[in-house]
Amino acid sequence: MSGTPAAPTDLRGSAGGRIAAVMLRHLYILRGSIPRLIELAYWPTVQMVVWGLITESLAPAMNWQAQAAGVLISAVLLWDLLFRAQLGMSISFLEEMWSRNLGHLFVSPIRPWEWVASLMAMSLIRTLAGVVPAALLAILLYHWNIFSLGLPLLAFFVNLIVTGWAVALVVLALILRYGMGAEGLAWAIVFAISPISAIYYPVSVLPGWLQGVALALPPAHVFEGMRDLLHGQGFDTGHFLAAVGLNVIWLALGCAAFLWGFRTARDRGSLLQQGE
Amino acid sequence: MLSDGVIIAERLSKRFHPGAAPAVDGISFVVPRGSTVALLGGNGAGKTTTISMLLGLLLPSGGRITVLGHDMARDRFAVLPRMNFSSPYVDLPHRLTVRENLAVYARLYGVRDRRSRIAELAGMLDLTGFLDRPSGKLSAGQKTRVALAKALVNAPELLLLDEPTASLDPDTGDWVRGMLERYRAERGATILLASHNMDEVERLSDQVLMLKAGRIVDQGSPEHLIAKYGRTDLEEVFLDIARSRGALGQAAQ
Repeated sequence: MSGTPAAPTDLRGSAGGRIAAVMLRHLYILRGSIPRLIELAYWPTVQMVVWGLITESLAPAMNWQAQAAGVLISAVLLWDLLFRAQLGMSISFLEEMWSRNLGHLFVSPIRPWEWVASLMAMSLIRTLAGVVPAALLAILLYHWNIFSLGLPLLAFFVNLIVTGWAVALVVLALILRYGMGAEGLAWAIVFAISPISAIYYPVSVLPGWLQGVALALPPAHVFEGMRDLLHGQGFDTGHFLAAVGLNVIWLALGCAAFLWGFRTARDRGSLLQQGE
Repeated sequence: MLSDGVIIAERLSKRFHPGAAPAVDGISFVVPRGSTVALLGGNGAGKTTTISMLLGLLLPSGGRITVLGHDMARDRFAVLPRMNFSSPYVDLPHRLTVRENLAVYARLYGVRDRRSRIAELAGMLDLTGFLDRPSGKLSAGQKTRVALAKALVNAPELLLLDEPTASLDPDTGDWVRGMLERYRAERGATILLASHNMDEVERLSDQVLMLKAGRIVDQGSPEHLIAKYGRTDLEEVFLDIARSRGALGQAAQ
């Protein structure tokens, strides 16, 4: 051991550098683990294959709406975008909890918003790594190219990703508040809204009182818009704007929940103690 | 002296639950620039709680903390790049190698020449042999050295250390204490440490804050405290205070 301490170190911190640092921490993990990379694409692909087969087997008995090219496969892939966006952000957060690293992280100069931004960026990477292979496989297996939706696909994509982030922020808040006992919510919570998100059926199928609740969810507007598009009725700007407006509200609520959870964790001292 | 305090804690308190006894009960102290101050006390005395509040990880119930001239309640991000800490209660990601962990934290602190800084730290703390090994596969002693490397990655002006030589064998522990002494002298750094190792506290500290039940029950240099209690070493002073069940502590205040 040489034992010679360093002279003062030149520091040039920036928000971008700190966000990149946290992303790098997660990318190191992904790079070092092939099973993790496979796992990212595994479930979206299995889901797509199963729903593709269901579509093919039921096609003769389905009405014209359900038979419209790729409705079910598109619904599966788009729903997976939302689910993976939420899960990707939550898992990146849980990685810090599992490794008891939050204490080190939050005595570094990273701001909470920078940390959240890095989790969102990782969520985007995880989502694309999971869903793009499934979408490409759908072209090979079922001759359905979701990318043929063109620009509207981008509108659907952005809205669903943002909804996933909003839900993830609530998950983060609950885990920060209630500790690892709330860990299971990372996988389960998004399914609470799936029955009323109009993924596989239109909002009109729901009971009247539930339709109002469904239309308060951004995904319901995205999936209604997707069906309109696939049935040849064009891109519904009304549904798009409703989804954007609702996402602004949802994201604001998610941010408020996260800030509450973070402050609670600082008040209870759980940033230093949480872990497996 | 107050104006030159790197840490100024004023009437600092923390109560985790309404009605419960406070974990830290209105303590005030100053850590002068360039000094090493030790928090000494038994389990539950409030050492880790105090350090957590100084770091901004824990919100105080009352009082005020000023670090390097900044109010921690309002302006902690101005100070955090200039300080760092190490604690056995916090780990580095296990699946990342030592080099990757240090690279991540060097980026977080905005270290410009990260590669040479990591090489420098590896030399300082003898990490070279396991820089590319996952942090989770290190021995307890190696982990402690890596945690210290992370704590020094930004060459902090203020270093907060919670049990810095826990899990180290006596020889390595002694070496780390020597390294911290040199770091303080050459960097002009200020160190606040919490430790149960009385030899360590005696050797490193200019001043000792004796904590019991969240209160500072006595303070002074190790020599002063040993003389005051008529003992031969700090461990005996610690035991006197720990067994006094409050009477001595109240008298001392």
